[in-house]
Amino acid sequence: MAEGLGKTYTSGGRPLRVLDSVDLEIARESVVAIVGPSGSGKTTLLGLLAGLDAPSSGRVVVDGQDLAGLTEDGRAEFRARRIGFVFQTFHLLPTMTALENVMVPLELQGSFQGARERATDLLDRVGLSDRTDHYPAQLSGGEQQRVALARAFSNRPSILFADEPTGNLDQATGAGIVEMLETLNREERTTLVLVTHDLSLAERADRVVALAGGLLSSDRPGRGGDPRGRVSEEAGEREPAGRAAGEVGA
Amino acid sequence: MIPPWVRGAFRLALREGRHSLRRVGPYMVSITLGVTALVAIQSFRADVARSVEREAEVLMGANVRLSADRPWSDTVIALRDSLEQAGSPGARVTSVASMVLAPSSNIVRLVQVRALDPGYPFYGTMRTTPEGVWGAHLEPGQALVDPAILPQLEVAIGDSIVVGSATLVIAGTVDGLPTDLGFQTAVGPRIHVSHEALEEARLLGFGSLARYELFFEVPSSTDRITLDARYDDALSEVEVGFTLAEQQARRLSRGIDFLGRFLALVGLGALLLGGVGVASAIHVYVQEKRSAVAVLRCLGASQRTTFLIYLLQAVGLGVLGSAAGVVAGMTLQRLLPVVLAGILPVPVTPEISLMSAATGLGIGVWVAFVFALLPLLRIRDVTPLQALRADVEPARTQPWLRGLVMLVLAGSVTALCVLEAPEPDIGLGFAAGLGVVIAALWLVARGLVGLTRRLIPRRGPYPVRQGISNLFRPRNQTVAVTLALGLGTFVIALLLEVEGSVRRDLTLSFGDGQPNLLLFDIQTDQVQGVRELLPEAARAGAEISPLVSARIAGINGESPDELRERERGPERPEGWALGREYRNSYRAELGGGEELIAGRWWDGTAGTEDDTAVDSGTLPGLSLEEGVAESLSVGLGDTLTWNVSGVEVPSVVTSLRRVDWERLEPNFFAILEPGSLDDAPQTAIMLARVPDEAARSAVQRDLVRAFPNVSALDVSRVQAAIESVLDLVRQALAFLGGFAALAGVVVLVGTMATSRHQRTQEGALLRTLGARRGQVRAVFLSEYVALGTIATLSGVLLAGAAAGILLPSVFDVLYVPSIGMLGLVWAGVTGLTVLVGLAGTRKLLDRPPLPVLREAGGEA
Repeated sequence: MAEGLGKTYTSGGRPLRVLDSVDLEIARESVVAIVGPSGSGKTTLLGLLAGLDAPSSGRVVVDGQDLAGLTEDGRAEFRARRIGFVFQTFHLLPTMTALENVMVPLELQGSFQGARERATDLLDRVGLSDRTDHYPAQLSGGEQQRVALARAFSNRPSILFADEPTGNLDQATGAGIVEMLETLNREERTTLVLVTHDLSLAERADRVVALAGGLLSSDRPGRGGDPRGRVSEEAGEREPAGRAAGEVGA
Repeated sequence: MIPPWVRGAFRLALREGRHSLRRVGPYMVSITLGVTALVAIQSFRADVARSVEREAEVLMGANVRLSADRPWSDTVIALRDSLEQAGSPGARVTSVASMVLAPSSNIVRLVQVRALDPGYPFYGTMRTTPEGVWGAHLEPGQALVDPAILPQLEVAIGDSIVVGSATLVIAGTVDGLPTDLGFQTAVGPRIHVSHEALEEARLLGFGSLARYELFFEVPSSTDRITLDARYDDALSEVEVGFTLAEQQARRLSRGIDFLGRFLALVGLGALLLGGVGVASAIHVYVQEKRSAVAVLRCLGASQRTTFLIYLLQAVGLGVLGSAAGVVAGMTLQRLLPVVLAGILPVPVTPEISLMSAATGLGIGVWVAFVFALLPLLRIRDVTPLQALRADVEPARTQPWLRGLVMLVLAGSVTALCVLEAPEPDIGLGFAAGLGVVIAALWLVARGLVGLTRRLIPRRGPYPVRQGISNLFRPRNQTVAVTLALGLGTFVIALLLEVEGSVRRDLTLSFGDGQPNLLLFDIQTDQVQGVRELLPEAARAGAEISPLVSARIAGINGESPDELRERERGPERPEGWALGREYRNSYRAELGGGEELIAGRWWDGTAGTEDDTAVDSGTLPGLSLEEGVAESLSVGLGDTLTWNVSGVEVPSVVTSLRRVDWERLEPNFFAILEPGSLDDAPQTAIMLARVPDEAARSAVQRDLVRAFPNVSALDVSRVQAAIESVLDLVRQALAFLGGFAALAGVVVLVGTMATSRHQRTQEGALLRTLGARRGQVRAVFLSEYVALGTIATLSGVLLAGAAAGILLPSVFDVLYVPSIGMLGLVWAGVTGLTVLVGLAGTRKLLDRPPLPVLREAGGEA
């Protein structure tokens, strides 16, 4: 999917290489975690994979589409149809209700038919059927992230990017979100790429990719890749995220 | 078929509309204000013009008017007879200024005495007190008067007044004369009498300034057109004016239209200021919306979609704001005839003008649109990456796109000015002036900011240093705020300065030491007697000028008719100068307001620009005013022959004078060498200074008894009349200026809000670092004081410069800056800035710093 991906920013007039020839192929419907210390290039990689930015070198191919061959507007169109996002800070539009937030990606495509039904269904699946008319400010952090999850899936993306999805939540709430993310991901048969600091979360992926100083430093299977450790509802019950995190911390 | 991305943008724009309405809506009030002024002025202008044309014959009181400065010739009298035989009755109206004495109160006033023939006016209804006495003035020994006369003479209906040699009883007052322009009575109240009474009063002596009018009722328009074709040119040859009622109405409505368009420019100014308000509000809105835009971009919205979402919102709000303005403007349109009833020429019935409403709406929306474009361009700069990380440098819009938008903005403003202005040239001038002012403000603001940076105190208290250095921090709004505030200040200060200087000049012309009593129509043998009526102290200073009526009989041997045949060009004298009746004088000395610019005065004094001495030989020398000499195409050495009551008097131009017409003293186009006109029929005018008001009244009283034909004008009353007109003008400007000032306040609030976001974070950071609330407040206070000072100082300096240019060139008034006034403007606007600024930061000081910082972190 990514070939020789590199990105150079200009900072104070001097070039700053934040990502250096990264090769990465992600299988359809797999779960990949990208980990690494601050400044290692995780977010940059995510941005490039999602077509939010153009690489300085190399190329990104998603679903057979070379993103380099698209204009800025073409990439936007591509995101609208194929890609979903979950952000660390939720990034709900504060001026719209939960339901309206979930409908946004559909409306951007001009597909209004069935948009409301699809959004209501997703909010129901994340357990917020009674909060559809609430504004973000009226929701807790966990609820906001659940709305964000519903929004991320509303356009039936083939690939979902999650940037520290639990970073702004306490452990218990974060664990709930992770379970919901995994469930929806499985049900919607989406490929999931998540960037995280949380090693226990990363370990639940099929594959863990580590970055250091803009270079790919390791690429190994996670516990999700092991059929026994396959992320599942049962797995969640068997090994609550809180304990898992505690183990990592210990 | 609308593409899906446009439909999506529409839906999202609508969905977010509630929020934008709350955030940006209040600033649209500035658009509403401008549109209100425009629609009200435009509709009202149309109402007045329409009413004037509809009431054309009532305004004239007839269908046709002949007018002249001389008694009717036999030709005109024959014309009247033939028209009357053809079924078109005529009526004479003769007006002359005269002193009127009220024996009961012993008060004397200069009034217009109007003698009317029966029948006039042919159209319209008179309102009188008591009711139905119109016509009483035609009875022997009776008069009707304007209501203003009663208090001025301290008389009542039934009292007698002395007009010249006649004594008349006041039979009633004329409260509403349909032919009046409302303010006419205020300028010169009138007494209505019969022609028999006028004759008895013996006011029409030699040289008296009377106006002769002859009105006809010609109901058929085809007859009128025939008359116009037959007589208009023929009568103008003998200097008789020929006017149809509809021509007069059209002229009047054109004049009103012209005036209305000038006022509309002030309205447009308010609207453009509103545009600045919209721009700054959108600027803030876009700043707040950056993260939302980044998220939308992540979710697949294209650049054009996000841009369109917010552009649609701006236009939508512009539509709402303008629609409100249209409604308010139409309401105002209905109120204006009531408020202005006193000064309107005809009763005005408001009619809904769809044209004005549509223009107002269109212009309002367009202004909201073009002014929103520039700040909205930043929407395009937001990259989706900004949703992921805070430190992404936003891409900069291509310079060509910004340039294009600015070009559209400048083009639109110019087009609007031309559209609204009375004439395209004035519109272009207005737009160019606006451009120059903005450019100059920008330069001055940059200069002041640079100066402040250099002069910033290095040792002062921390909050002051911090506050002032905030003016130069990266991405500061100093120049933007300065432009908006400075423009508002500039307009206010300029209006005040111009008005103040004009008033001061007026006081100077009428003030201490200036003559304040003008006596005219004095016959030669009365001069000595009139002088003796003055108080002892005033006699010596009384300035007497003889007046000799004359027409031009020839220039260098060519008759006026031959001269008119000449090719159009600098060689051909202008018609008005050739045909007019001159009131020439002769005297030995140059007047106080005169400067000899060419040739030599009788005593040998040399001209300042050209001292050629011309020998006039045996002919008398002639000194011409420079302007009239140019109009007559004559210069030093040319021979001008005057026709003085049938006698030809040749003279040679020996000098040219520059005359200060503003000065209240007898000024003349042509002054002849003393001795040359001694025997010509003449009258005299006398200018005297009688400081004491009671003494002035006494002189006028004695005068009307001893010399009934001599008129006196108390100049202080003229001053009062001019001031009352000035007051009217000021009220009209203040009314519209009020709109501009209100729009300016909205702009101020908007521009202050521009940097609130930044300030909130800065305040929180300062407090995290241990600053007390008082210290943070002191930082802001110093910043606002500095900002307000720079902005208003720019406006005030520029207003001073503009007044210095405008006053001498347009108003012919010397400009003396009134430091006190400018200081007040500075203090007022700066105070307002500080108040608005501090009001905006009050909330942030009440909040604990942590949530603010956290929000700031999460927002990017």
